[in-house]
Amino acid sequence: MRAPSLTWRAIAPWIVPLAILLAWEASSRSGWLSVRILPEPLAVATAFWSLLASGSLLHDVAISTGRALGGLAIGGGLGLVLGLLTGTFRSAETLLDTTLQMIRNVPALALIPLVILWFGIDEAAKLFLVAIGVFFPIYLNTYHGIRAVDAGLIEMARSYGLQGWPLYREVILPGALPSILVGLRFSLGLMWVLLIVAETISAQSGIGYMTMNAREFLQTDVVLVGVLLYALLGKLADLVARGLERRFLRWNPAYLGIPA
Amino acid sequence: MQRDWTAPPAAGLALRLEGLRKQFGARTVLDGIGIGVAPGEFVAIVGRSGCGKSTLLRLLAGLESPTSGQLLLGGAPAAARRDDVRMMFQEPRLLPWRTVIQNVQLGLDAADAPARARDALAHVGLADRANDWPSVLSGGQRQRVALARALVHRPRLLLLDEPLGALDALTRIEMQRLIESVWRELRFTAVLVTHDVAEAVALADRVLLVEDGRATLDEPIPLARPRAHGAAAFAELEGRILARVLQETWPQLEAPHPRLVA
Repeated sequence: MRAPSLTWRAIAPWIVPLAILLAWEASSRSGWLSVRILPEPLAVATAFWSLLASGSLLHDVAISTGRALGGLAIGGGLGLVLGLLTGTFRSAETLLDTTLQMIRNVPALALIPLVILWFGIDEAAKLFLVAIGVFFPIYLNTYHGIRAVDAGLIEMARSYGLQGWPLYREVILPGALPSILVGLRFSLGLMWVLLIVAETISAQSGIGYMTMNAREFLQTDVVLVGVLLYALLGKLADLVARGLERRFLRWNPAYLGIPA
Repeated sequence: MQRDWTAPPAAGLALRLEGLRKQFGARTVLDGIGIGVAPGEFVAIVGRSGCGKSTLLRLLAGLESPTSGQLLLGGAPAAARRDDVRMMFQEPRLLPWRTVIQNVQLGLDAADAPARARDALAHVGLADRANDWPSVLSGGQRQRVALARALVHRPRLLLLDEPLGALDALTRIEMQRLIESVWRELRFTAVLVTHDVAEAVALADRVLLVEDGRATLDEPIPLARPRAHGAAAFAELEGRILARVLQETWPQLEAPHPRLVA
């Protein structure tokens, strides 16, 4: 069988989305699809453009991104530190792991009523929700990553005179890194989901505020701009995670030969 | 101690084991073993799997501590000589996230570490692979990197735990020649654990057989080096040791099988 050409492989993934877009535009124009259900793609593009031109879009995106990254820094940072602790020290595992595993089984979204009682509908509530959601994927994967480091490599490094921080830096951390990055990737996905929910409940700015506001006024085109923005930002987060994997795991045969 | 690669090689360490016992729970793996090895000597330890030969090597490396008995390296307790002892494992155990040269430099703090690592790599014929990842090397090349990593520390005692077990026949012979040539050049003491009697005869000055936690055979190999696998004297020695090893395995065999001693 002939290998598909490069151009074909570049074009092929976009055929289906494009076809859907064309069908959608056609059914909107023919009046078969009501604007109240779905506006025509062109209207979405126009709405996007006018929001961008007015500056309010960039403002909302910046606010939302700030919340997402803030929550990720707090929750992910704590998850990393605690995962390193419980993975490295038996005593820390005995002390903390059972508690954390119990909390893990509570869905972050189930805490929303409590969060509103505690923090009101302030920025802190959104940060808290995102932080608690992204904490667990990073914590669990860091913990398991450290535990799964090849014992033979650790033994070898010890017999070659490494101990303490050098052993940690040369063997244990790099050995756990693939797993930690998997955790980060899960967290980046969860981060946007939790932020969407938090911003939909209550906000005075951000993408969630923009879409909920537009719903009040039946601006389906603006609602769709918000939905598409979340999709774009999610994809962007995924690209960043993949870039990090290529950079830090370039020794891994799975990434060899792939340009970063 | 000066460990410069270009300095004259430090003499090998003498080895003295007396009444060495090692128990794991109720199981006795080494039962009062006594061995002496002269400085610079190459000793091979053969035996069936589970006879305790690997445990013996791990005791020498300081990876385990003996239940009782004495273990002296160059007249001092093993713990005091840990920097003089390096081990090659059954698997290369290279860090996959470090390049070849970074692996060779592992645990080396000196300012001239990169230069020494390059020298050691050149010694094993891999100077041109210094910046490759271990994952792109063949099995034999990985063990050569592991050998360079051990040599760069200028060990006075090199422990080899079946390092060639996973290699194909041709690569094995190549590696045996390489190990022999660096040993002749650097004059460290070498202890090789292997289940391959031919390998033991090819490399060692003496072959020890370990059975039930004791050394039960001490066979000098008086053949001139380098040794040819096909030579008659080689085959005769190999056959005799092999027959001795197998006797224990199948006691119902009254005499060694004729094909094994032929």
